[in-house]
Amino acid sequence: MSILIDEGSKFIIQGITGREAVTMAKELIDYGSKLVGGVTPGKKGREVHGVPVEDTVKAFTDNQKIDGSIIVVPPAFTTDAVMEALDAGIKLIVVVTERIPRKQVAQFVEFAQQQNARIIGPNCLGIISPGKSKMGGIGGSAEATKRAFVPGNIGIMSRSGGMTVEIANSLSSSGLGVSTAISIGGDVIIGSSYAELMPLFDQDNDTKGIAIYSEPGGRAEILLAEYVKKSNRKLPIVAFMAGKFMDAMPGMRFGHAGTIVEGKADTTEEKIIRMQEAGITVVERIEEIPMKLKELIS
Amino acid sequence: MPNGMFINVIIQDKIKKNKELAKKIIEVCPVDIFELKDNELNTKEEFLDECTLCDLCINIVKDDSIIIKKLY
Amino acid sequence: MRFYEYESKQVLKKFNITIPSGGIATNPDDAMKIHKELNCEVVIKSQVLSGGRMKAGGVKFSANYETTKKYTEEILALTINNLKPVCVIVEPKSGISQEYYAAITWDGVEKKPVLIFSDMGGIDIEEVAEKYPSHVSRTHLSNLKPIYDYSAKIAVSNVGITGKDLNSLSRMLKGLIDIFNKYDLTLAEINPIAKLNDGSFIALDGHMDMEAEARNYHQDLLTELNINKEDTRQSRPPTQFEIDGAAVDAQDTRGVAGNVTEFSGNLGLIIGAGGGSLTLFDAVTNAGGKPANYCEIGGNPSVKKTAELTKLIVSKPGVEKIAVMMNVVSNTRVDIVARGVIKGVIEAGFKPKDKITIFRIPGSWEEEGFKILNKYEVEYVDRTVSMYEAANISVKKMQEEQ
Ligand code: SF4
Repeated sequence: MSILIDEGSKFIIQGITGREAVTMAKELIDYGSKLVGGVTPGKKGREVHGVPVEDTVKAFTDNQKIDGSIIVVPPAFTTDAVMEALDAGIKLIVVVTERIPRKQVAQFVEFAQQQNARIIGPNCLGIISPGKSKMGGIGGSAEATKRAFVPGNIGIMSRSGGMTVEIANSLSSSGLGVSTAISIGGDVIIGSSYAELMPLFDQDNDTKGIAIYSEPGGRAEILLAEYVKKSNRKLPIVAFMAGKFMDAMPGMRFGHAGTIVEGKADTTEEKIIRMQEAGITVVERIEEIPMKLKELIS
Repeated sequence: MPNGMFINVIIQDKIKKNKELAKKIIEVCPVDIFELKDNELNTKEEFLDECTLCDLCINIVKDDSIIIKKLY
Repeated sequence: MRFYEYESKQVLKKFNITIPSGGIATNPDDAMKIHKELNCEVVIKSQVLSGGRMKAGGVKFSANYETTKKYTEEILALTINNLKPVCVIVEPKSGISQEYYAAITWDGVEKKPVLIFSDMGGIDIEEVAEKYPSHVSRTHLSNLKPIYDYSAKIAVSNVGITGKDLNSLSRMLKGLIDIFNKYDLTLAEINPIAKLNDGSFIALDGHMDMEAEARNYHQDLLTELNINKEDTRQSRPPTQFEIDGAAVDAQDTRGVAGNVTEFSGNLGLIIGAGGGSLTLFDAVTNAGGKPANYCEIGGNPSVKKTAELTKLIVSKPGVEKIAVMMNVVSNTRVDIVARGVIKGVIEAGFKPKDKITIFRIPGSWEEEGFKILNKYEVEYVDRTVSMYEAANISVKKMQEEQ
């Protein structure tokens, strides 16, 4: 099994005729994802790698059930695109676009909550259930994706898209594989944080362990720790914390928009303590993740 | 020691004056390597190293009138 | 991006929130002139982007012109937490009967703005919240519905205030909410709001923070406040090296080769992307290396951009060698980065194999990239060598040299 997406998930790309999106469309189709088309207002009638382009999301949802949409439009048009998808009844939305002011993010996230829909991102690479489907640029070309992501039973959640791939790579080189990997995005306000996705992994019998990449800034790790304390299924979780050097440099901006240290609660030191208290294993290096997971699962 | 140049794009003389073709080639290159200079298709030297090896220009001429030469 | 107090107050004033009269001065004579015009006891406040001004001696009261001149000179010369003030505010000292606290900020958990209000202003609000929780109200604001006055009234009423004060305070709070929403702020704070002896309310100090990502949307306000593009308002001003780094990134819009931050070490870092950079910087420091810089490369930048960034870093005084490392890349191309880095080193007048300790970027187009590195005899490793090990190799090479 896997979470969020599998071989049957049908989705579209909003902004499909853009330079990056065209490449993404090809990668998705090559990988076996069910990409049924894309939207770019004013470009109805065109085709991108064999899938149709429409002016509106509704043109697709009127005729068939669409499970998800990938948003690859410039920041100024992102809120409009997400709102359109939500209004058309789409329940899973991956927002790839970065540099969206957080007020707008909060707006579409609140609307998604009202619609019982889920947002992943913004500023993320998307979701992959290896061997089944991927939604977003995660892993790059189909060939590269297959190389880094092997099907298996570890769930990955990461605030960095690139590090999602790095972790998958270290898992596969130690003989482990991935059930579903999610690049959750690096911004302060995101659609789904670790604690909001954990219940899905907890319900997935094929996921036996979780790998997490975390950073300074925000309260996501603290919330995860609180969730884990309360949850019944104690899935083993191994977390890696980057950016320790930032603890000594309050007020400087590094990494993602979310990576800004302001108070004690969002330093790496404090986060590590809180995660360990909740029983999460925190490792010093990426390559220790597979080692620890093997220990904990057996 | 090689000199830090990585790509050369060679255009054969026979297509240099074909304006229709030149237009298509200029349009297709994602990194703007081609230009029309004195009515002839030419490459911009400072952009050569940006070549993505996408072969889109070669797909247009369909033969060896354009050669992408790797200098490594 | 933080605003100075005097800038924040200008914004408050635009939204009809009463602020003290007075003005700003960059020298003792101007401060004295303002004092003369005000013709009453004044307060002189350092305009510096740091908390703890009072304790550090950055705020002083003055009853006569001579002390005003003296204090202004002292405050202008006083660095607080390594930051220099840009000017001082000279304002009338107010007769206060009570102080309040009001702020709006983002609650990342609820994913909504939260209005925090207290009738115990002027002191550390976290302490008040801990010791006197009933004196602090938290009111979440909808992102979707328009905000009406009642949200502000709930916040004020929840700490037990009623009567005329409730109406005056909630009017002020609603103004603050409007400012927060209009300008994509991450913090809008008035601390304290003062109730004057005549019963009116005034914003004695203000603090605002705008989201860096939103700067482009609010160019009008920034122009009005005379804030230019280079003014990053980080916790320290950018160095020339960092300004040059930003200029490299701005050369074209293809990919990112930026967020350059200067450190004092001898190992230049060409690292990426966001998360990879954080991981690798830690790895280098852990291995005992001394980074000369932090940076982020991602989104497949042009060869030219990577070359220019490399040139900047490899030519930085004190840099002996550079390390080129990233996580497994999917979008950025290994061969394109390899071209850029080698070009940059050569254009700076060095040999790539002498200057590059290690190249560890596995991922898309790596076969092509490794061919280039072979040709230039640069040592590289593939994905079987971890980021941490690559950092170790690099630091070892540095140490062997010495
Ligand atoms: S191969 Fe692609 S990038 Fe290179 S010159 Fe041809 S069209 Fe341009």
